[in-house]
Amino acid sequence: MNMLEKFPITQYISEEGKTVHSEATDITADLVKLFYEKMLRARMMDKKCVNLQRQGRIGTYVPYEGQEAAQVGSALAVEKGDWMFPTYRDHAATMTFGHSLRNLLLYWVGRIEGGIPPEGKNIFPPAVPIASQLLHATGVAWAEKKKKTDRVSLVYFGDGATSEGDFHEGLNFASVFKVPVVFFNQNNGYAISVPMEKQMNSKTIAQKGLAYEIPSIRIDGNDIVAVYLETKKAVERARNGEGPTLIEAVTWRYGAHTTADDPSKYRDQAESDQRRTTGDPLLRLEKYMKNEGLWDEEWVTTMENKITNEINTALEEMQNYPDPSIDDVFENVFEKPTWTLDEQLKQHRSIKRGQMS
Amino acid sequence: MTTAIQVRKLTMVQAVTDALKTMLQEDESVIVLGEDVGKNGGVFRATEGLFDQFGEERVIDTPLAESGIVGTSIGLAINGFRPIAEMQFLGFIYPAFNQLMTHATRMRQRTMGRYTVPMVIRAPYGAGVKAPEIHSDSVEALFTQIPGLKVVIPSNAYDAKGLLIASIEDPDPVLFLEPMRSYRSFRTEVPEEKYTVELGKASYQKKGNDVTVLTWGAMVPDTMKAVEDFEKQQSASCEVIDLRTLYPLDKETIQESVEKTGRVVIVHEAPATGGMNAEIISVINDAAFFYLKAPVQKVTGFDTPVPVYSLEKEYLPSREKIIHAINQALSY
Repeated sequence: MNMLEKFPITQYISEEGKTVHSEATDITADLVKLFYEKMLRARMMDKKCVNLQRQGRIGTYVPYEGQEAAQVGSALAVEKGDWMFPTYRDHAATMTFGHSLRNLLLYWVGRIEGGIPPEGKNIFPPAVPIASQLLHATGVAWAEKKKKTDRVSLVYFGDGATSEGDFHEGLNFASVFKVPVVFFNQNNGYAISVPMEKQMNSKTIAQKGLAYEIPSIRIDGNDIVAVYLETKKAVERARNGEGPTLIEAVTWRYGAHTTADDPSKYRDQAESDQRRTTGDPLLRLEKYMKNEGLWDEEWVTTMENKITNEINTALEEMQNYPDPSIDDVFENVFEKPTWTLDEQLKQHRSIKRGQMS
Repeated sequence: MTTAIQVRKLTMVQAVTDALKTMLQEDESVIVLGEDVGKNGGVFRATEGLFDQFGEERVIDTPLAESGIVGTSIGLAINGFRPIAEMQFLGFIYPAFNQLMTHATRMRQRTMGRYTVPMVIRAPYGAGVKAPEIHSDSVEALFTQIPGLKVVIPSNAYDAKGLLIASIEDPDPVLFLEPMRSYRSFRTEVPEEKYTVELGKASYQKKGNDVTVLTWGAMVPDTMKAVEDFEKQQSASCEVIDLRTLYPLDKETIQESVEKTGRVVIVHEAPATGGMNAEIISVINDAAFFYLKAPVQKVTGFDTPVPVYSLEKEYLPSREKIIHAINQALSY
């Protein structure tokens, strides 16, 4: 069976901004504007963070530029009370779902507070060990099912993650127990330096769902309408007790894996530059909006100013945040610190005081 | 007619079942999951009868995937449940190490208490039952090094029930290791009602004046037999302490005993290097160094993989080795 034929890339809006899917008309003008605003916000935040890292004002940073449609579109498809499980590259998703920009910035300056979502938002701290979060998403969603709610989990992971055991265990558990979870894969073509064709012999990631009898779909991850509507369908299936879905959103990261690596060592960055002019998710939506008569330069400028202010306020809040305290490290290992923790903190404090006097 | 407290003599594995049943009855959020724990009642029958009594929603046969069991348990625990996950043998836990090390034990800190993981991982462990390869590992020290994890090991049925209930009620992850050699080898009195044995507290198995013997798990009955034989021949008396919790150690009890005897023997079946013997010596060094009259003696397994069972008796601390170490401590 030809997997590329079995799992064609579903598109709603073409690169030229034309409607190519009958259901694309389900999208209202307001929603289109919301898509654009949230993607613009994500992109501006990402650019700001890369600049801040270059100025030495934040630590190593993980950029997602190019993947805004995949993250924003999927994050808009879940609701309050649902659960989100990001990796370290998914802050476009978490900020769209309601994470605070201040805390996101705190994360990149190595603060514990960076992992805490705002009250009432169910967002896990970013998973660092690859694919490990699929099991948490499955476990949390399993708990929702046991509690007989209609809440779901939305979990992000990359193409490389599908080589890990936890990917397979997560899909299998979710399938066996028919758990309300949406497995959202962002296939950006590279796991740091290793391209997909070296990562796997499979032609698609969607086909990996076949083994677990999980409905799977391959979509254009740079088409926010496709991402939003297909994630919405998967979320509804989960809410209705129909179990998990695997979505492969085919996308591209323009930049480096992190600010600590140089992508030109392992790929021709000319391809990234070329994709900026042809496949860019914001550009595509702009074209669509122009075609639909929704584009308004003044509105875009207003949005840009609003977002700039929001980011600057968050940056200020991050910079003015109270100094970190080692107490927070000790106090949150157990509900009640053990004697070894008490002794170590006491000794640490007394020596620190002695040195400072 | 008075209602006396109902006490039965149970094996350790029966006491484990009793604890699970007690908590499944008491707390709706408690669930048991693992490989073969449902219909089959567990390979050691530790969950026998629970599937029939509490149903498949609460006593769950999972796919054969240790990382999956621990990883989904983390999600269940964060979202309102108290999962008790069974690893069929401690030697099978290694695929789950990542979930334990990078998530279960860090989530409280990474979210400053927003998400917590009140889960128990149970695992039979240790050599001496002629089990196939890999089934006999005693690697407790791999886990005492993990910040955020408590490591608990009962040596008898009474403690097994009380410690397991305390572990289930603990707000943080607990690794509960069950010495499989002691599962059915003897019985102790176990009350029918719910009770707990506090985590982090050792227990005196026997009081004595001249040498302190520190041990846990299946080595407790072995040590008691060796001490009994030793005391028949010698005038010196031994104090035997079952540590019961390996993290956090009961520093006060260790200190109290070492201050009295000044001589110490540590007995464990795990490999020597980096084993708990080293950590206990460190605690003694901090707490009672000037009371020592002799170097601390240790009887441990070898720095070899646990051998296949034709040689496991040679691997395990023997009566002779324990008595030899006691003599060494006394004659220094």
